[in-house]
Amino acid sequence: MKVLVAVKRVIDYNVKVRVKSDQSDVDLNNVKMAVNPFCEIAIEEAVRLKEAGTAEEVVAVSIGPKVCQEQLRTSLALGADRAILVETDEELQPLTVAKLLKAVYEKEQPGLVILGKQSIDNDNNQTGQMFAALTGLPQGTFASKVEIDGESVKVTREVDGGLQTVALKAPAVVTTDLRLNEPRYASLPNIMKAKKKQLDTMSPSDLGVEVKQTFKTLKVEPPAERQGGIKVESVEELVDKLKNEAKVI
Amino acid sequence: MSILVVAEHDNSKLNQVTLHVIAAAKALGGDIDLLVAGKDCKAVADAGAAVEGVTKVLCADADCYAHQLAENMAPLVAELGKEHKYVLAPHSTAGKNFMPRVAALLDVAMISDIIAVESEDTFKRPIYAGNAIATVQSSDAIKVVTVRHTAFDAVSAEGGSASVESVDATHDAGISEFVGEEIVKLDRPELSAARVVVSGGRGMGSGENFKILDGIADKLGAAMGASRAAVDAGFVPNDMQVGQTGKIVAPELYIAVGISGAIQHLAGMKDSKVIVAINKDEDAPIFQVADYGLVADLFNAVPELEKKFDEVL
Repeated sequence: MKVLVAVKRVIDYNVKVRVKSDQSDVDLNNVKMAVNPFCEIAIEEAVRLKEAGTAEEVVAVSIGPKVCQEQLRTSLALGADRAILVETDEELQPLTVAKLLKAVYEKEQPGLVILGKQSIDNDNNQTGQMFAALTGLPQGTFASKVEIDGESVKVTREVDGGLQTVALKAPAVVTTDLRLNEPRYASLPNIMKAKKKQLDTMSPSDLGVEVKQTFKTLKVEPPAERQGGIKVESVEELVDKLKNEAKVI
Repeated sequence: MSILVVAEHDNSKLNQVTLHVIAAAKALGGDIDLLVAGKDCKAVADAGAAVEGVTKVLCADADCYAHQLAENMAPLVAELGKEHKYVLAPHSTAGKNFMPRVAALLDVAMISDIIAVESEDTFKRPIYAGNAIATVQSSDAIKVVTVRHTAFDAVSAEGGSASVESVDATHDAGISEFVGEEIVKLDRPELSAARVVVSGGRGMGSGENFKILDGIADKLGAAMGASRAAVDAGFVPNDMQVGQTGKIVAPELYIAVGISGAIQHLAGMKDSKVIVAINKDEDAPIFQVADYGLVADLFNAVPELEKKFDEVL
């Protein structure tokens, strides 16, 4: 089985996000960029499937500007066999990304497609499900466990209140949640090897997909700051404040 | 043109979050149709008909909707959505699962996790784990939207008298099936609906130690939560997690015990009305958002707090 993994370039999760003074966006100038953490979990899962002998090939795909090659090289260093960059400088919205992934899917014909459940920049949590709808594939979202048994993909999902298990008919789409696995670090020899692995570049028009936007961001603001309160000296004072000042008990 | 709200339920009870989504629908204005899709879900449809502001309940009662599998839900919601201007659902794991599928079938964008309605086509939503708020304007003819329920005050569950219509369409994609679920049985109120939440963090030290929170949670009728650090350390199960990657809560009283206050946790609870923090590190960031901070060893403070509650409650 071939596994296709989608990888997004986002701001590194350790970076403190600042909004630009003109409120057009958050400031991404000279900010460290990385593989979206949920996509890292997706790569790890695919590589583990290969190590277990379930998958034969892991193909990483990213969509965005040329610099996304960096995140694809990281994916290759983590164990992906080859990579595809769909290169565009235009603003990408989830539905367009899903359409581009569908075109890549049709070329590659994988048995399993793994994506992160959401990216930590726009927090949409849409692309995997949209891609599944467009391709007519079943989906196992927010996965904390994936088991493959022939044509059946069993996915344990993290849902409100507990866990749900579904069985999907392959080919299937899985989106990863945090506890699916703990991604490895790329070793130096693997980083060196990754430089020689195949990385193909294509454009949205090569894939016959029009990049369009149907919503626009009018402004981006910092959230309302919550005012800190006071420090109390004792449990007694705390209970008194809760009862007589805040009146919540 | 009206609004289609997809009800969240377990086939027997209408989930409270739906009342918040209907509040968001009311902010948009227009007739509100409530879709109840499930199996043997008549009680839910009847409960939906009584909700304030609902014009009509559409009840799709069939085997294929029993577990609300996204593959079967999406074509149903998309088909009904075509006759509406908006399709709304909660930004819950259920809504997040099928709504993007609905949007893709309708070939429109989706606006996730709105916290405010600015106008008929413009919404506010958090991005970057709540570190920025984006105002977005949609140009699609049908707007597919998930709603952060804590951002809208619930409408009343009573007072409405909507009609109930049954929907015959059965969309069984036949590509996925429900195998099983482990729903944690709670003796306490559900996290996202509780009036009071008591949460523990890494400072609790172990899962065993979480028991010392039971006393105060019992006395306050509180739900129990945890920080991601406590979940990752294996102290408690992940469905207790409050934060950007867990549950978003906004209770009247939030008591954070042994929680340092990582951004990701704050994003999940900073809209609580009153926040109390108990932590022995006086520089912990949680104190910057707490209304009342107590710098103390939680293993002394919590039992003492329980005793005090005994006296005053």
